[in-house]
Amino acid sequence: MNNTGVEIEETVKELRQYFKTEKTRSVTWRKNQLQAILNLVHENEDAMSKALYQDLGKHPVEAYRDELGGLEKSAQTTLNCVEKWMAPTKSHIPLVFFPAKGEVLPEPLGVVLIFSSWNFPIMLALDPLIGAISAGNVVVIKPSDQAPACSSFLANTLPQYLDTNAVKVIEGSPRVASIVMTSAARNLTPVTLELGGKCPAIFDHLSNPSDFKMAVKRIVGAKWGTCSGQACIGIDYLLVEEKFSSEVIELLKKFIRKFYGENMIESRVLSRIVNKQHFERLCNLLKDPLVAASIVHGGSVDETNLFIEPTILLDPPLDAEIMTEEIFGPLLPVITVNKIQESIGFIKSRPKPLTIYAFTKDDTFKRKIVAETSSGSVVFNDTLVQVMLLLPHLIFML
Amino acid sequence: MEKFDGEAGSILVNELNEIIDALRNDINKPPLETVAYEIAMLKNSCKTAIKELKHWMAPEKVKTSLTTFPSSAEIVSEPLGVVLVISAWNYPFLLSLDPVIGAIAAGNAVVLKPSELAPATSSLLAKLLGEYMDNSSIRVVEGAVEETSALLQQKWDKIFYTGNGKVARIVMAAAAKNLTPVVLELGGKSPVIVDSNSNINLQVATRRIIAGKWGCNNGQACISPDYIITTKDYAPKLVDALKTELESFYGKNPLESKDLSRIVNSNHFARLSKLLDDDKVVGKIVYGGEKDESKLRISPTILLDVPRDSLIMSEEIFGPLLPIITVDKLEESFNVINSAPKPLAAYLFTNNKKLKERFVKTVSAGGVVINDTSLHLAVHTLPFGGVGDSGIGAYHGKFSFDAFSHKKAVLYRSFFGDASIRYPPYTKTKMRFLKALMTGGLLAIVNAIFGKS
Repeated sequence: MNNTGVEIEETVKELRQYFKTEKTRSVTWRKNQLQAILNLVHENEDAMSKALYQDLGKHPVEAYRDELGGLEKSAQTTLNCVEKWMAPTKSHIPLVFFPAKGEVLPEPLGVVLIFSSWNFPIMLALDPLIGAISAGNVVVIKPSDQAPACSSFLANTLPQYLDTNAVKVIEGSPRVASIVMTSAARNLTPVTLELGGKCPAIFDHLSNPSDFKMAVKRIVGAKWGTCSGQACIGIDYLLVEEKFSSEVIELLKKFIRKFYGENMIESRVLSRIVNKQHFERLCNLLKDPLVAASIVHGGSVDETNLFIEPTILLDPPLDAEIMTEEIFGPLLPVITVNKIQESIGFIKSRPKPLTIYAFTKDDTFKRKIVAETSSGSVVFNDTLVQVMLLLPHLIFML
Repeated sequence: MEKFDGEAGSILVNELNEIIDALRNDINKPPLETVAYEIAMLKNSCKTAIKELKHWMAPEKVKTSLTTFPSSAEIVSEPLGVVLVISAWNYPFLLSLDPVIGAIAAGNAVVLKPSELAPATSSLLAKLLGEYMDNSSIRVVEGAVEETSALLQQKWDKIFYTGNGKVARIVMAAAAKNLTPVVLELGGKSPVIVDSNSNINLQVATRRIIAGKWGCNNGQACISPDYIITTKDYAPKLVDALKTELESFYGKNPLESKDLSRIVNSNHFARLSKLLDDDKVVGKIVYGGEKDESKLRISPTILLDVPRDSLIMSEEIFGPLLPIITVDKLEESFNVINSAPKPLAAYLFTNNKKLKERFVKTVSAGGVVINDTSLHLAVHTLPFGGVGDSGIGAYHGKFSFDAFSHKKAVLYRSFFGDASIRYPPYTKTKMRFLKALMTGGLLAIVNAIFGKS
């Protein structure tokens, strides 16, 4: 679909008309559409994997684990629960108002707009769509133009499965997005903003060697295994006590080698950097001489393949860009503190992150972290699982 | 924390007369209205917050799935930080302190900017909060446009604004610069449908409409009935009933009645006069219409059969004028409502069960009340807030606490239960397990183990 202002206006008008017919309010319509999303994901797995590889060099297993599998699960859960979610909740009414009864009834908002991003271009477009449809809304999706293969996949495939009167894909440049964005305040449109931030991982000393190993493993898997660090909840930097830092770094290196091999470009296990602009941004982070001097592992870049090696930095200057901006790439600064408890103050002196990870067995420390820091979420002793729904213990037993 | 809410509560007990006087100065609000709608509501808010706080603050355990086993998860409510409350002049006490109670209950530091259009209450709030509250974390900033603009340039962790859509847009645009979330409590044209076919008790219905319209600050309330929709043949009967009850409430000369608030200021008086002077409503006044500019008073006024493109039907009235729209069939009223921006409240008087259901399902409004008006505001178990043009977000009771809290997701995992399939190098076997795990049941997992796909 073309994206001139007039056409967009026309599209929104049509959607609003359709919303008024109340068709999207029925349970049947919602369930049909959710089933259609399930079918879409199921029947187009290869096409989506291909598009993801084309846009990001994302490995099919990673694509399934982080995007397609999660989507199927989300659609299925929603399909199972939507009727229950739609039911009104009874409110307790104080006696003074007798006789009266009260309820809170969820109702669709109307025409909603979803902007998705390029790092999980399928998941972050379709998962909000599942929510919007389950609530009975009509939807415009604007996929990120920085993942063009996925964007055109969505534009071509969604109309084949979904009610085209209610769900439209509008492709285009981010300029379109910013225009729509600024008009949100003008129209008093409520927004949900899913952003990022510098997500720290606190690494307390774990006396049990196998716990220690597992913690490092989970960090390596999460930092580089998820779109090469290009994830909003990816670990941005590590906080560790100075006396353990070399031990941690050695183990990080070991698991990087084990997971991604010696020839990382060929192995195709790691995603590449999304585009030249981001590649350059990341290279610039490393160019600061004091930052470059702090590299203890990796640091090599390959411009033709847009590939950056998993890179570890030890105590880069805190005022350098790598420590003031969200990294969103395969670089991992390790920041040392004297006592691990100091990491709370360190985190609090910076903007609130999306997630704080903490590897510790100390319950008092856990309570302190939850009570004293502020973030979108806190995860103890693991990474990313809060959204990625990873593994059960069944597999562990095998 | 409990202490501060308690102190907010004792303001209401100790300083009752000062509060009544301030509201009388600002809008000539009848003392009974002040006590019933501002003081009593606030007392309830404080009591509820003090009683429930521990419960609200407790982390909420949530289920985790097989895929993250073994783990436990909870949602922790944490304060947002430093919040700004900008309140309005029509319920200057309630609309200032009710959000403040929520902000304090959730553990935030608060700056309150009361409305400069209710100056006596504004300075009383500044004085009393200075005396009663912890001033290291609760402050009042008085002022008008200049001060408000300066406040909006700061970075806040939440802005809670009560007022009109025009200023709300300025607030939201300023908030957008810092990604500050907002609650916007606005208004809109809240309709009342009166069903002519279901044998309603007309006297009770009219009394409840009057109580919500003129009995709440003379129509200057965000949830006031704005207009009535009823059928053509029933309208005269409804008008008669309204006249009778209005006279029994406010006497033959309502301009002199002490039981009605005045219009807040000359700007609003002029605005309301203009609505009555509109050519399109000439001859439509069937009751009232008297004005006294020197005292800023307008009597309860009913207009019958006003055209939908008249001035009075195109903006929120926010005053003692009540137009009645007539339709041939009652069902048409849903279209009348839905073709306008979403209102803060919608009211329906009927005994018809089907009509109730249809109304609740079809009409989108912040809140909906069947067979009464405005009462939902006082029920703290219901969220109070608008939708679309009538606002963003909601408060009251636990919803106030939630409005000023961040819901932090916390997941606890142990080191037990790790598997290789989440880590590279990726293989076909790992893919098969992954699929079985994420989509299939136990059978699929067993199949995957034995290599069947």
